Amino acid sequence: MPAAYEVIIGLEVHVELHTTSKMFCACPNRFGAEPNTNTCPVCLGLPGSLPVFNKNALELALRAALALNCRVNRYSRFARKNYFYPDLPKAYQISQYEFPLAAHGQLAVYKNRELLRNVKIERLHLEEDAGKLLHDEGQAYSYVDYNRCGVPLVEIVTGPDLRSPEEARIFLETLRRTLLYTRISDCKMEEGSLRCDANISLRPWGSETLGQKVEIKNMNSFKAVQRGLEYEVKRQAEILDRGGRINQETRRWHEDKGMTDEMRSKEGEQDYRYFPEPDLPPVIVEDSLLTRIGTELPELPLPRYRRLLAEYGLTPYQAEIITGDRDLADFYEETVRIYYEPQKAANWLLGDVLKLFKQFPGAIKQSPFTPLHLAQLLKLVDGEQISGRTAKEVLEESFNSGKMPELIVREKSLGQISESHELEKVVDTVLRENGAAVRDYREGHKKAVTFLMGSVMKATGGKANPQLVIALLEEKLAKIGE
Amino acid sequence: MHLFTLTAVEAAQALQRREISSVQLVRDIYDRIDNVEPQVRGFISLLSREEALAAAENVDRMLKQGVSLSPLAGIPMALKDNICTNGIPTTCASLILKGYRPPYDAHVTTALREAGAILIGKSNMDEFAMGSSTENSAYHLTCNPWDLQRVPGGSSGGSAALVAAGEVFFALGSDTGGSIRQPASFCGVVGLKPTYGLVSRYGLIAFASSLDQIGPLTRDVQDCAYVLEIIAGHDPRDSTSVSREKERYTAYLGKEIKGQRVALPVECFGEGLEKEIKELVMGALAKCTEVGVSVYEASAPSTAYALPAYYLVAPAEASSNLARYDGIQYGLSIRSGSNLLDLYYATRSKGFGAEVKRRIMLGTYALSSGYYDAYYLKALKMRTLIRQEFESIFKDHDFIVTPTSPTVAFKIGEQKDDPLTMYLNDIYTITANLCGFPAISIPCGFVEGMPVGLQVIGRPFDEGRMLQFCYVLESLLGLKGRLAEMKLKEE
Repeated sequence: MPAAYEVIIGLEVHVELHTTSKMFCACPNRFGAEPNTNTCPVCLGLPGSLPVFNKNALELALRAALALNCRVNRYSRFARKNYFYPDLPKAYQISQYEFPLAAHGQLAVYKNRELLRNVKIERLHLEEDAGKLLHDEGQAYSYVDYNRCGVPLVEIVTGPDLRSPEEARIFLETLRRTLLYTRISDCKMEEGSLRCDANISLRPWGSETLGQKVEIKNMNSFKAVQRGLEYEVKRQAEILDRGGRINQETRRWHEDKGMTDEMRSKEGEQDYRYFPEPDLPPVIVEDSLLTRIGTELPELPLPRYRRLLAEYGLTPYQAEIITGDRDLADFYEETVRIYYEPQKAANWLLGDVLKLFKQFPGAIKQSPFTPLHLAQLLKLVDGEQISGRTAKEVLEESFNSGKMPELIVREKSLGQISESHELEKVVDTVLRENGAAVRDYREGHKKAVTFLMGSVMKATGGKANPQLVIALLEEKLAKIGE
Repeated sequence: MHLFTLTAVEAAQALQRREISSVQLVRDIYDRIDNVEPQVRGFISLLSREEALAAAENVDRMLKQGVSLSPLAGIPMALKDNICTNGIPTTCASLILKGYRPPYDAHVTTALREAGAILIGKSNMDEFAMGSSTENSAYHLTCNPWDLQRVPGGSSGGSAALVAAGEVFFALGSDTGGSIRQPASFCGVVGLKPTYGLVSRYGLIAFASSLDQIGPLTRDVQDCAYVLEIIAGHDPRDSTSVSREKERYTAYLGKEIKGQRVALPVECFGEGLEKEIKELVMGALAKCTEVGVSVYEASAPSTAYALPAYYLVAPAEASSNLARYDGIQYGLSIRSGSNLLDLYYATRSKGFGAEVKRRIMLGTYALSSGYYDAYYLKALKMRTLIRQEFESIFKDHDFIVTPTSPTVAFKIGEQKDDPLTMYLNDIYTITANLCGFPAISIPCGFVEGMPVGLQVIGRPFDEGRMLQFCYVLESLLGLKGRLAEMKLKEE
């Protein structure tokens, strides 16, 4: 990174709210439907249609606002943002302008458990999404899909607080994790339910004034956000090094080419002619609603991380991974609630169980393998009813079928032979049949016991409790030597 | 006797008594339309006689079966062409919506359909309700039935002319700055703009959302009360529709008005008002005093700024409301150009008329960054101020009375090229829109054979008492339900 300049980045993040119906009509809010099937006169902006605000969108937006430590405005207003584009059927977007729903929030961003920065959330407001244009290569026209019109969004605007492209990416990941905890959205960048534009400028170190900022769009993954901004830092630095000036413009990131290019310059910047939306009354947030949303808000990643460290004695690494996903953390704590072996539960969960979950992403909640299953498995291992190796087999089967581990062990007779009189018989037979090994042992070749042990395991189909076998072998061999 | 000369309520009562049938009413109305419509031209689209007769037969059948129907079941009516009618062209008298058939009914359309009223057609208007003479219709002029050389007023000129000519028993219009009351005044009928929020705007193609209201144009005050009863009431699809209990407006009719207090704002009786009109309004009020009404002078000095405030707010909202006519999804689309901007320019240049373009430009300017505070925001402040002055008058007065319009209907073409003079037509009516207050125009006499309207402005949601007052006044004046005397070709 060119060290001659300080990098200043602010982000504008759009998050789709997962309501059942759209923001201003009763159409279903669903991703991936056939084009133009989830539409009605209201979201198509037909003449004479009027919006009616979906209170559920307000509740989800309030959750986000509280999770980001924002101050919620008891009075906010919708405003019209006017511009012409074929995916915007009313030619204005219902948004919020002078009176946003919430402001003055902050989100702490850590890298390797070290606080990078408290990033200011300048504002959080509600707005409706636009439709989508579908371009067919080689055709002189485009298709419009209005399904997404009227899908509720929150726009989250940060202060110019981020100081590097990497920091921007980490912030965005932290934001996503936090919002996923509140369950307002699935926050999928690839499906567009989380979208990020960035404003970036450079200035000489020590300078108090901000440099000319450039807006970057079309960064459609976390990686793209970092790469796009890194490219832009380089581009701007080169211009400044040459003594050139940065143009006020909007640029588009091209992931395939690894570069940005100009979308529109300052002259092309639009005047959106905002004014209060006359079709909708102001949004009044009552104390009772805010209190309820606050009470319902789940414990967020950072406090949960700290609590997991203190309460269960986890390592920072374990706690970080477990709290990285609310479903995983819920799974962990529920397991520990049923069978209190926090360290063992963490080891199993982050080892073999997580590997299985990763093969079926997003399925922790839907998985037939529940904390009850894991707790039972842990109990079987602890009680030495099955060996560690058997446990892995049982886990896999339980994970695939949803059968309780105890049932699997019983059905397949996988239980360890821990009854000594039963094992004694086997051990005696093995000793009788392997005179040579016994002799070797007695002559000081202590390794011969491993061979004998293997023979016992073979004879029991691997179900013998290994500790018990060793103890028995040693006891009997010692007797023979007497 | 021709049935079309009856008021809606008279016709309805005859229907309920089974003295006549709805089919007879519809036939008589279509005969009347055949006779006078070529001169009046109040309809922008007319349903076929067969369609209307089918609806009438249905009502007759239900009446025969003893089904209890609303008082206006079987009565032929018209809707202004900015009110959505499922499958029936709704054009706002604009080329940009030529042939546009909405896939849904407006709230008022549904309400009237369910009440059994028979839709005969859609009435002509100034394009997108912008105008005071119906001369801004992209399709054709409408003539004033009292004098075919004159305009019917506007923008609901078609609705007013049709009612005055006996082509329908009643019609609905919309009123953003006087668009129901001024044509009612010009055509000698009753026109009511309800309190903002009383009648759902769902399905009314917006001109200026914070000012628009739908209301009835009728032959007399009683008809007005009956129609209002059907169309008023909360609609969850319009977030500005007020949730309150349904009122029985007809129950107010016939009660005496003794002791009521009327305010005359001096600002509405000064310069620009024709002397004869002033005398007619004062004469009407003199009759009121005979039945125990007291009349007081009052002042609302801020009304001087009503017109400028209105011509910032209304065009600003219109510039946004009309932006959706872009040639993409429906309506006129001129696709001869090579790119998106060409499509926008060509479609909107061809699709909108001069007055609509003028207001879009005015509004776009007023909302532009750097001008917003000086224009739009200031206009909103004026709006608040005017409202406060009216509220203070209403503290110790029941009604405010003014002339509806400073002049009688003017000649066709007389003001067409003079928008500023045209805008003055609304000088007495726009304040009620800016405040959201209800206001009604009723006939109070004639000047040189042309009708003159008197406007009564009331407190919010006080339509019942306004109708009570006007019902008495109407009978004192003896002008109830007069149709225009038209010289007809074959009668």
